[in-house]
Amino acid sequence: MAKVLVVTSGKGGVGKTTSTAALGAALAQSGQKVVVVDFDVGLRNLDLVMGAERRVVFDLINVVQGVAKLSQALIRDKRLENLWLLPASQTRDKDALTDQGVGVIIADLRARFDWVLCDSPAGIERGATLAMRYADEAVIVTNPEVSSVRDSDRIIGMLDSKTVKAEQGERVVKHILITRYDQARAARGEMLNIDDILEILATPLLGIVPESQDVLRASNVGCPVTLNNAASAPARAYHEAARRLMGETIPMTIPSERVGLMNRLLGRRAA
Amino acid sequence: MDQPAEATRQLVRLRGRSYVAYVFCPAVPIAGWLDDIDRTLNGSPGFFVGRPVVLDLAAVDLSPQAIAHLVANLEQRQIRVLGIEGVDAARLTTSLPPLLTGGRDCVLKPSELEKPPEKPEVRPQPASLLLENPVRSGQSIIFTEGDVTVLGSVGSGAEIVAGGSIHIYGTLRGRAMAGVNGNSSARIYCQKIEAELLAIDGYYQTADELDAGLRSRPAQAWLEGKTMRITPLN
Repeated sequence: MAKVLVVTSGKGGVGKTTSTAALGAALAQSGQKVVVVDFDVGLRNLDLVMGAERRVVFDLINVVQGVAKLSQALIRDKRLENLWLLPASQTRDKDALTDQGVGVIIADLRARFDWVLCDSPAGIERGATLAMRYADEAVIVTNPEVSSVRDSDRIIGMLDSKTVKAEQGERVVKHILITRYDQARAARGEMLNIDDILEILATPLLGIVPESQDVLRASNVGCPVTLNNAASAPARAYHEAARRLMGETIPMTIPSERVGLMNRLLGRRAA
Repeated sequence: MDQPAEATRQLVRLRGRSYVAYVFCPAVPIAGWLDDIDRTLNGSPGFFVGRPVVLDLAAVDLSPQAIAHLVANLEQRQIRVLGIEGVDAARLTTSLPPLLTGGRDCVLKPSELEKPPEKPEVRPQPASLLLENPVRSGQSIIFTEGDVTVLGSVGSGAEIVAGGSIHIYGTLRGRAMAGVNGNSSARIYCQKIEAELLAIDGYYQTADELDAGLRSRPAQAWLEGKTMRITPLN
């Protein structure tokens, strides 16, 4: 039974694309057949983060308009054979997407994959609403700051009203993924803490991804962080989140950078 | 020769049929009673059209002129009187409906009392709205007919507009506007107050004016004249 999962947030720059790539790769590493779909028409990024930008021939809009077949537009990942990418068009805008066209593509993808991960654009307009339109589940990416949390609240309201599931009287299963979390700053009260965020959003937590240089490093080399450095703190957080998506129950932890034994023994130089 | 003709002549065939008639029992003063009839007709015009109506004058003592006047008044209202009961035959002139006797009381079935279709029975609108889920940022709940009850929280950037009072069993982080139809006795109750704005009957307070000591506590807001009072609950 294929699952369509939208990665969304409302606010820009919180880590939707990074999280889509990382979760997609983590699911694919667990043996699932995964496609990541970029809905950010006009401002596509997922191809860069996946390192597939030099292999894009056809895109989502070509398929929606019937110019290309779905199989021509899908790009297979070079590192994981059961991970695929459906890129967005950079030369068009979101008006090129139609509700019906997206519906046909999502139905087609459902038949071919175990997981369809839709990378939503920021905002609450056409691109974002169509990305969530056919979703069964949603990952709401939130940073520990008030503006991001309020935007997430808005998006949750839309997931409960604008999706096909909601219109049929069912519910989209929602998960909160907190990214760019800095435990030291949260402890100093410079960030919203986890409990406050969950209290405001009243939605279950999928994972906490710590702020890390590894995320930036992985994006720059065009590799999902879960593939680039699987031992890094954010990669472990994404792997755990992916396992929770597959239904496993894992105690919630905030992975932190591992400190080497020598560093721990010889961490501070005496004066 | 005459025989066959005699045979074909038949008696007038009489058939019996019974109808349930409405019985009007006028009371003095007749003018006041006619006003009552008018009120009924205002509510459902044409209610008596095509229905048999009998006047029972046993309770009143009317002269022949007064009876004629009453029947004429009813005819002006499109009510044709089929017969008259409970009056001395001598008081009825030939231009009046005939005297009837031997009527039996019966219960009017609902189908006989059916209201005309132009006035369907109006069910009282529910005077409260219950929301079981949190009200999310950007959502606007407008219910001017009465109270709004929210079991979850009201997010920052969400708003509730109610004609009556507002009850929030979660945290109020958005805006709450109660008594919008000029109901100054409406109140706002919440389990935890972090509101952006509170308003009752047009008088409002923003988060800035909220007493810091109240924040994150159960509170209620109401109007005292033209000032809004916000006090902790329990």
